[in-house]
Amino acid sequence: MMLSKKQTKSNLSKVRKTKGNKVFDVVNVVIMTLFSLIILIPMWNIVISSFADKNATSFVFWPNKLSIANYVSVFNDSGIWQSMFISVAKTLVGVIFHLFLCSIVAYALSKRRLRGRKLYSAMGIITMFFSGGMIPTYLLIKSLGLLNSFWVYILPAMFSYYDMVILMNFFRDIPDSLEESAKIDGASDWKIFFSIIVPLSKPALATIGLFHGVWQWNDFMTAKLYVTNEALYPMQMRLYDIIVKSQAAAANGLNAQITIATSSKGVQLATIVVTMLPILVLYPFLQKYFVTGTMLGAVKE
Amino acid sequence: MNSEAKSNKTVGKKVANWCRDWARQWQLQTMVLPGIICMIIFNFIPIYGLTLAFKSYSVTSTIQDSPWVGMQNFQTILQDKYFWQSVQNTVGISTIKLVIEFFLPIILAIMIFELNWAPFKKVVQTITYLPHFLSWIILGGMLITWMSSNGMLNGLLNMLGFNIHTNHMLNAGGYWSIASLSDVWKEAGWGTILYLATMSKIDPTYYEAAEMDGASKLRQIWSITIPEMSNIIALNLILSVSGLFNSNLDQTLVLMNSQNQPKAEVINSYVYRVGLTQGDFSYATAVGLGVGIISVVLLTITNLVTKKLNDNQSVL
Repeated sequence: MMLSKKQTKSNLSKVRKTKGNKVFDVVNVVIMTLFSLIILIPMWNIVISSFADKNATSFVFWPNKLSIANYVSVFNDSGIWQSMFISVAKTLVGVIFHLFLCSIVAYALSKRRLRGRKLYSAMGIITMFFSGGMIPTYLLIKSLGLLNSFWVYILPAMFSYYDMVILMNFFRDIPDSLEESAKIDGASDWKIFFSIIVPLSKPALATIGLFHGVWQWNDFMTAKLYVTNEALYPMQMRLYDIIVKSQAAAANGLNAQITIATSSKGVQLATIVVTMLPILVLYPFLQKYFVTGTMLGAVKE
Repeated sequence: MNSEAKSNKTVGKKVANWCRDWARQWQLQTMVLPGIICMIIFNFIPIYGLTLAFKSYSVTSTIQDSPWVGMQNFQTILQDKYFWQSVQNTVGISTIKLVIEFFLPIILAIMIFELNWAPFKKVVQTITYLPHFLSWIILGGMLITWMSSNGMLNGLLNMLGFNIHTNHMLNAGGYWSIASLSDVWKEAGWGTILYLATMSKIDPTYYEAAEMDGASKLRQIWSITIPEMSNIIALNLILSVSGLFNSNLDQTLVLMNSQNQPKAEVINSYVYRVGLTQGDFSYATAVGLGVGIISVVLLTITNLVTKKLNDNQSVL
């Protein structure tokens, strides 16, 4: 059986290698290589530029003088360490809160016997299609006293109906029989959730956690809208500040020397590299979780 | 009289039933409760806050106490030339972006799918998905560097024999292209994921049969791959068209400067500027609400149209 399948496959591949198809394959590989280079070369240019000496002449692939001076000045700035701490803290705390809340709600809603399930789902669907928008949300955050508070990074993003639905679908596929014996022993719903459901759902929880983690790490809008205290700036907001200041200087035709003390081009580039480093390093290992996670969300639709 | 009393009785009974069941499953209910509270606070209260659009709000009062002004804010919008400028920019940038981002991922997905050597395929996917995970702040900082007077773009142009030393970010005329193409650069690869998943589910015997009949690769793609993906293509079309008035606030805030602002200001950044920088909360809310309503209408219309084309099956 297996053998015959293999045979037809090899026969087919012989048929496949007609002249037209060969041309197609070659053209395809060339175009895909070019496409990958269009992504890679600009990124390489940024990374290598951050190591360029400030007297280096214009270049694309390799500067004529290398130096680590940019990184030295980035890491000598205590503000960067503070922002790094805020970024890491908001990502970790954010992911934990988000996963905890979304998964307990998902577990309860995965039970068809839950009273009010339809009402809760209807509320959730409304939140996916309608929102109050920037200004009403700002006034709410202000009246809750969350302006310039670390918790503004965590609480508004704590619950997401979309992520909840993905987890709920996952929990539904867990066979009821696994819970039955625990129930007969008199275990409570909370106990069943923590001792049976959570250990079985690690892949789904990891996927949702990763997506929320990347969002938290990359999020700058929350800081831009609600935080003015520099001690609470995450990396993204600090980077934004540096970029916008130097852009404003360029746009106003000021001599770059005036702003060079705080935000020379090289320091800006080094900060960019430091800010994206966690993503660059972790992403290749986690790619499969991101891809399957997107599938989970799409299947639901 | 009698029936009313009866219905009261049944309502009472229903409530009693509900409460009894709630008490019986209080553990599950306490699991849902925090989520419901979060939605009420962070989603429903701001939706109620949209009433601001019909009021005249000042920072010293509350939303409830502000006086109603009817459609006055919306009448102001009609004569606001800065608003219309931002609409023009939003639609212009979105159109370029959506047209390319609708077609390119389909083509790319087909090409990736047709790659025969698995390791190469994997590398291409890893590289092209990567920019999706970078924030707009990082990408904005990169773009500004590439576009600067001694940046990579001018470096490449100089290699080709041009002698250009301008800072392209300060050129308002080029802003639409920069904004839309940078978004394409960031998202085109990631946009292939759903197509690739759909293609991997196509029955391979279709292709085998087509090959036996002597169909070329391109013919197979046109007659098998694309029809098999029609649902997901339609879904993406709906999302594209309904996104016409969506603007990218992150991108705009980082790329906009005093030189390119006339071409860079989009609806979102206008709401931000008028509302949060200038403090005109009611007017900014009205702008946001108006554009939100237009988007919902667009979504409904495109859904109806594709439903008609798609044998009355909604893809949403």
